[in-house]
Amino acid sequence: MAGSSIPQGDKSKKEKKGLRDQLGFAHSFLMQRTPLYDEHVRAGGRIVEFAGWEMPVQYTGILQEHKAVREACGVFDISHMGEFFVKGPDATAWLDTLLTNNVSQLPVGHAQYSLMLNERGGVIDDLIVYRLAEDRFLLIVNASMIEENAAWMRSHLSGNVEFENRSEAFAALAIQGPHAAEVFEKIFHRPMPADRNRVEEIEPGRSYIATTGYTGEDGFEWLVPASESANAWNTALAAGAFPCGLGARDTPRLEMGYPLNGSDLSPERTPLEAGLGFFVDLKKTTFTGRDILLEQKASILPHKLCAIRVLDKAPPVRPHYKVYVNGEPVSETTSGALSPSLGYGIAMAYLPPAYSDIGQEVEVEVRDRRFRAVIVKKPFYKKQP
Amino acid sequence: MNIPENLRYAASHEWILVEGDTGTVGITDHAQAELTDIVFAEPPAIGKTVKAGEVAAVVESVKAASDIYSPVTGEVIERNEAIEADPALLNTDPFGQGWIYKIRLSDPAELAALNDAAGYRAQIGG
Repeated sequence: MAGSSIPQGDKSKKEKKGLRDQLGFAHSFLMQRTPLYDEHVRAGGRIVEFAGWEMPVQYTGILQEHKAVREACGVFDISHMGEFFVKGPDATAWLDTLLTNNVSQLPVGHAQYSLMLNERGGVIDDLIVYRLAEDRFLLIVNASMIEENAAWMRSHLSGNVEFENRSEAFAALAIQGPHAAEVFEKIFHRPMPADRNRVEEIEPGRSYIATTGYTGEDGFEWLVPASESANAWNTALAAGAFPCGLGARDTPRLEMGYPLNGSDLSPERTPLEAGLGFFVDLKKTTFTGRDILLEQKASILPHKLCAIRVLDKAPPVRPHYKVYVNGEPVSETTSGALSPSLGYGIAMAYLPPAYSDIGQEVEVEVRDRRFRAVIVKKPFYKKQP
Repeated sequence: MNIPENLRYAASHEWILVEGDTGTVGITDHAQAELTDIVFAEPPAIGKTVKAGEVAAVVESVKAASDIYSPVTGEVIERNEAIEADPALLNTDPFGQGWIYKIRLSDPAELAALNDAAGYRAQIGG
């Protein structure tokens, strides 16, 4: 079925199939549902499996929903994502030993993109750290990684720190698009915070808003108790946000060159290889994976995650398509799509340093045919002024 | 769900309109709705010989690529270039402007293996 090809690690390895294969719904009894599941079904959402969750891939159509995000305002159910709370006198120092970015320099009320690495410097997960108070933090992590992250963090607990995985207690909405500020005003009867990457605790322990997102657009994310999710969802719709499925979350993020864990990030690749050095503070004296990153920095990166623009008219490039340089296969795509905003194919792939410069010509293979492509600077898409 | 009475249907969700020894082939309304936004279509080359049940064309939606199987054996005599330029025609007009190719039937007896509208409606539970 269509939605199973949303990039999700190796599971996304998608064989081309006939219509008959594409049209059967496969439901597993192990699937989880967000508290908004019934709302999605009621709104005509097409439910697919994503990271062990039954999620809407679309309502009316991915292209239309993508357009809503780029030109108006879309609302996504992101309740499947995980919410961790960390507090205590040693919370800052402890997080700084686990995460690549500098938590101690994060002001209260601000948010920061960060990565949690294994001992080899590979990415366990990418996440957002929200500083709620001097010694209190909210972390939002990827749905597929909630249990693994929590286990990792618990096994590394030290000092006077309380760690809580409260993922099931929360529902979350991402409200994104150039009209998001108007939607915000209708919901909260005040202007949306002007600055990006800010967080406000509306009701401590229950409700939060943050000017963060995954689309490259203005917007905010809204956390509410799971029991109040339907009310929040319907409030957002009534305020003018279009319901959007995961399909229209994947294309905007790829147009921005934002990585998706499990596709573009993996335990075998470091954040430096992924081009995320900006979110790694090597001046911190210690954090898991730092030694490997220092070694990489002192030598040459073995691979670099590159943004690839397809030049020929070609079928959509998808994950795990082969990338060629000078007629030789050198890599495969980690993400790919026909960009709805740009009208051409875009993809990402890890390439060896000899072939990773901007302007490098490559070819991408789609169904035994190769199409011309070139490495470009991220982001693919620049917001219209 | 639109299922025209004058067409024959393959279990793999293709339709064929037969006029004399010529058939026009496309995908059903049900198929396009399930596939969602179609963003790429590649009709077969003129002169290509295809067998019933073999891959004749490819359409790709935002999320997936799908093979289109020929409902009958024959030679491709016309391809719809309009769907290459505007693949969304497969969504907006699957039984009309979204046709994929025309084929000269080499064995009209194969049509007996295809469903009529009622049979196809029963297959998709409509």
